[in-house]
Amino acid sequence: MTVLCLVELDGADPADASLRALTLARSLGDISVRSVLFADSAQVPAAALADYGVTDVDVIEPGTLAGYAPQAWARVLADLTTETGATAVLAAGTDRGNEVLAHLGAITGLPMAANCTVVTPDGGRTHRIVRHRWAGLLLEHAVMEAPVALFTVATDAVAPVPVVAGPEASPGLPQRPASVQVHVHKPELAEADLVVRAVESAGRAGGASLATARVVVGGGRGVGGADGFAPLEELAELLGGVVGVSRVVTSEGWRPHRQQVGQTGTKITPELYLACGISGAIQHIAGCAGAKHIIVINTDPGAPILAHADYAIIGDLHQVIPALVAALRAR
Amino acid sequence: MEILVCVKRVPTVGGKIAVTPDGQQVDTRMSGFTISPHEECAVEEAVQITERLGGSVTAATLGPEDAIEQLRGALALGAGRAVLLETDGREFGPIATAAAIAAEVRAHPYDLALLGNEAADTGDYQVGIRLAHELGWPVATGIKSLEVSGDTVIARREYRGVEEAYQLPLPAVITVKEGINLPRYPSLPGRLRARRAAVERSPAAWAPEGLRKEELQVPASSRHQATVLGHGADAVPELVRVLDELGILQ
Repeated sequence: MTVLCLVELDGADPADASLRALTLARSLGDISVRSVLFADSAQVPAAALADYGVTDVDVIEPGTLAGYAPQAWARVLADLTTETGATAVLAAGTDRGNEVLAHLGAITGLPMAANCTVVTPDGGRTHRIVRHRWAGLLLEHAVMEAPVALFTVATDAVAPVPVVAGPEASPGLPQRPASVQVHVHKPELAEADLVVRAVESAGRAGGASLATARVVVGGGRGVGGADGFAPLEELAELLGGVVGVSRVVTSEGWRPHRQQVGQTGTKITPELYLACGISGAIQHIAGCAGAKHIIVINTDPGAPILAHADYAIIGDLHQVIPALVAALRAR
Repeated sequence: MEILVCVKRVPTVGGKIAVTPDGQQVDTRMSGFTISPHEECAVEEAVQITERLGGSVTAATLGPEDAIEQLRGALALGAGRAVLLETDGREFGPIATAAAIAAEVRAHPYDLALLGNEAADTGDYQVGIRLAHELGWPVATGIKSLEVSGDTVIARREYRGVEEAYQLPLPAVITVKEGINLPRYPSLPGRLRARRAAVERSPAAWAPEGLRKEELQVPASSRHQATVLGHGADAVPELVRVLDELGILQ
């Protein structure tokens, strides 16, 4: 059996969220995973995909498809599904992954389950699914019955795990494929599928993405105002990270909304989330629960965020952060 | 410019979220209901567009009679007409929801349908897209900036720190995200008008879908109460030691 997985690229590499989707794809049983990339065939990161058990890559070359066009991408996936007889199509639960699979659901009339954390085949056309509701604050246990199962994989719940290769490999576990078969496609697309396509502007220079940052320094109401963020920026830069903020900070207009961590902002998956002056509404917790480690700086030892953190310093961020910056500079 | 804006009644959750004993819904005994945050911004955006270009805003919701509360909320923000796509209390899936909204759109000459990118509760990420396919309209999702002029709309969003712009012919479906605007507080005259306004009703047809909810569950937290490293700036050496131990200082 075959499953298709839409893979997004982050520079030259498969995006972290796509590696998580590929990891979940392997739980679908004795299958071959074909990954679908919209890229130039010279850009296919074949070795990195083999590390995640991918046997075949369908690369969709730009041609008429230059630029992101969600409905056209879905049309290509629909055709590939028919061509390969795939029993499931997955994507990462990113803006693009959810969007393309929703289009695929609409084109094919199939149901689509967004942001799954577990998918288990249950015979025939049935899959048992666990998925996020409320951005992960609740889990929904559900059953999907469909000839082709469409689902996206939560970006902050399934850890990316490569397949085992070499002497550590053992029978019964997924093996790293010896080679990856690359199939190049140059689809002809109907004009109607290309009406909506993205024109990309230049990226912000040097700005690491909040969603994929290794360290996020979070600021909340305790920062006190728009002019209180300089020490957080300095600390974030020292730690090789970026600043994220709580909802009150953006609704007060202290920082732009794109820096918001939470259910209606960005979901983050850093090694460290350092939450400063943030009390911890559950919508905020939904955005940061995917962090590997959470450390809190807060004046209030009873703040709800302490119940979701590993370590805390009880104190004023305006004193602790400058002292931390000085200590790190002195190292 | 005739705009349909779709809102959803969802529980207000603040400090905690709990599930009813049968595992079928969020326990709302201690909380009220509200409009999903993205959709509150959709209402504000629709009102701002008609303030600039003229026309009118219709707010629609799919839900039980109680959801009229959320329609009155949209009326108070400046919507002129409200439609309840009335359910029998069952949870509709995204396919049936989009079909019910499409019926409302076909019955009226809308130029634009605005929705939230995803509902706060179910998070299905697909009603707007399924609606667009039902209608044969173009759709852009996750939009954080919108310019409507003449018969086109330019919609912008961010992807991995890069801005993407989409140009769509009208009529179109646009799903928006919080951050596109800061919704106003409803004025007193707005609230009074909303309280008196008539709400139209139209029955919505439930249909089974291939994805069926069995049970909701509050996930077990992998974390417990934080270990306190110390107080104030005096705790910084201990914090540095922990950061080093966690491999952050490389």
